Amino acid sequence: MNLRRGISLRLREALHGYGFILVWALGFSLFTFLPLIETFRYSLNEVTVSATGIDLTFVQWANYTRALFTDPNFVELLIGYTVETLVSVPIVLIFSMVIALFLNLDFKFKGLFRIIFFLPVVITSGPVIKELTAQGATSAPGIASVPAVAEFLLELPRALRNPVEYLLTSFILILWFSGVQILIYLASLQKVDRSIYEAAAIDGASAWETYWKITLPSLSTATVVNAVYTIIALSHFSENKVIQYIYGQTYNVHGGIGYASAMAFIYFGVMVVLLGIVYAFLTQWAKKESN
Amino acid sequence: MQFLRRLNTDRIRSFLFGSRTRYGMVFTIVLYALLVAIGFVYLYPLLFMFVSSVKSPADLLNPMVQWVPAEFYTGNYEKAFLVLDYPATLAASILVSIVPSILQTFITSLIGYGLARYRFWGRNLILLLILATFIIPPQNTVIPQMLTYREFGLLGNPLSLILPALMGQGFRSAIFILIFYQTFLSLPKVLEEAARIDGASDLRIFFTIAVPSALSAYIVSFIFSIVWYWNETFLTAIFLEGGVTTLPMQLSKFVQAYENLYPPGTVNIFDRLNEAVKMSGTFLNILPLLVMYFLLQKWFVESVERTGITGE
Repeated sequence: MNLRRGISLRLREALHGYGFILVWALGFSLFTFLPLIETFRYSLNEVTVSATGIDLTFVQWANYTRALFTDPNFVELLIGYTVETLVSVPIVLIFSMVIALFLNLDFKFKGLFRIIFFLPVVITSGPVIKELTAQGATSAPGIASVPAVAEFLLELPRALRNPVEYLLTSFILILWFSGVQILIYLASLQKVDRSIYEAAAIDGASAWETYWKITLPSLSTATVVNAVYTIIALSHFSENKVIQYIYGQTYNVHGGIGYASAMAFIYFGVMVVLLGIVYAFLTQWAKKESN
Repeated sequence: MQFLRRLNTDRIRSFLFGSRTRYGMVFTIVLYALLVAIGFVYLYPLLFMFVSSVKSPADLLNPMVQWVPAEFYTGNYEKAFLVLDYPATLAASILVSIVPSILQTFITSLIGYGLARYRFWGRNLILLLILATFIIPPQNTVIPQMLTYREFGLLGNPLSLILPALMGQGFRSAIFILIFYQTFLSLPKVLEEAARIDGASDLRIFFTIAVPSALSAYIVSFIFSIVWYWNETFLTAIFLEGGVTTLPMQLSKFVQAYENLYPPGTVNIFDRLNEAVKMSGTFLNILPLLVMYFLLQKWFVESVERTGITGE
């Protein structure tokens, strides 16, 4: 008797829970799952849009092989994207952590600096960034064009030159992607129990030691979250060159929806692999930190 | 004498390098220098944008004029105002960002609450799928959506952004669901259980107990939602093209719009499109967000700190 009541209570709770997420499940299938499957179907077909609808001609993996082996631009763009992402992530992480540590201190005009440091959250949008980049307002002013630096760049092997050049020309742009990450670090800094710091201070730990032994380990989860967020934000950014290329091919006579869909899936795959690598690397590190 | 001297050096040292209770002079100077330098990096594009936007055509040609224009020239703004079709696009932007944001905030809070408070089979799977919706790039789902909208004649209609928001699939909805999930998990259950024993219905409990106690999460989600909807151009360009034109959409075809209004062959050299006009347009584009940000910044930062979006 008791058991049956227990089961029915569980069932009741579950049903009410399903009630809350029913809308989401419906939306997920309509706006994410079905379109995703449909896009995958397009990627295996030659798609032609007509007045009445769309016509599909099954071509197997031809769109994929074309993107990977025939298209002169796509793979190049993908490599560029991978390099830029891998260069940007550590910079964004370190930079936002430093800013968050600063903003967690007590000093005068803190409010003013806080306002300034969160500006990027509000402003970073495709067209605005595009206009600013076009006017040269996002590169570290003129560093890459200083003769000594330019010569130094030429000396570097090509594999190394691209990342370094990207770093110099887009430094400010990279920093502009740090807004949300600063917020996440700041929120998790404020969760750290103050008494741990007091105990460390009484035991005679220096600020340096306190940072490495207390602060950094307590930021390890936030670091993983931030890394994932950074990669996704960079990959979804509408001025991202790969996205622009895919978008351009969608309406191209020679490309078409099928080809663009195949590229979108390859891009998605590369992004997931990148996420996986960075995630595995950081969780490994976080585990070591917390021991 | 010896003692006095030692006291003095101690005091100087603590003044320079700080003691347990306060930062030293050196640290303070380094801190402010770094803060100002980084602050400048953030403000530089804004300053650049603003200064360029008030340069007259003569100032633009004058290589001596870098940061201080000879006069405060508003002609660029007049042109950008016309080119952007400001009142209409501003209204469209406000509509297209506020309506989905309200719906998105409300619906994601319901979903987050359901996930945090009820145990049911498949909950972890759903959390995983929510994360997946955040990771899947929009270009992997956007074309079928667009074709469906076209079939129903919704292309160019704000409904094409409102409908997904209404079903918890709005722009970056996963983040908001996770914020609410976290918030409701961290709130004590006691009050809600007491209300349940008193016979209150689930929805009533949600509205009278859960919503008021998660107010800061609502504020954060609403503000972020507005900002992200406002700045979104990829989806709006596809779904709204040919119907509603938002400010960022108009900005992204600024050159074309300018040449429609001031055909290059017919206007004199001073009325040609120049960077000052472009910068005015860019500035007008972010101005509403800046105003909102400065009005709400206190709420913004403090609520974020209170909700603690760390997403464990």
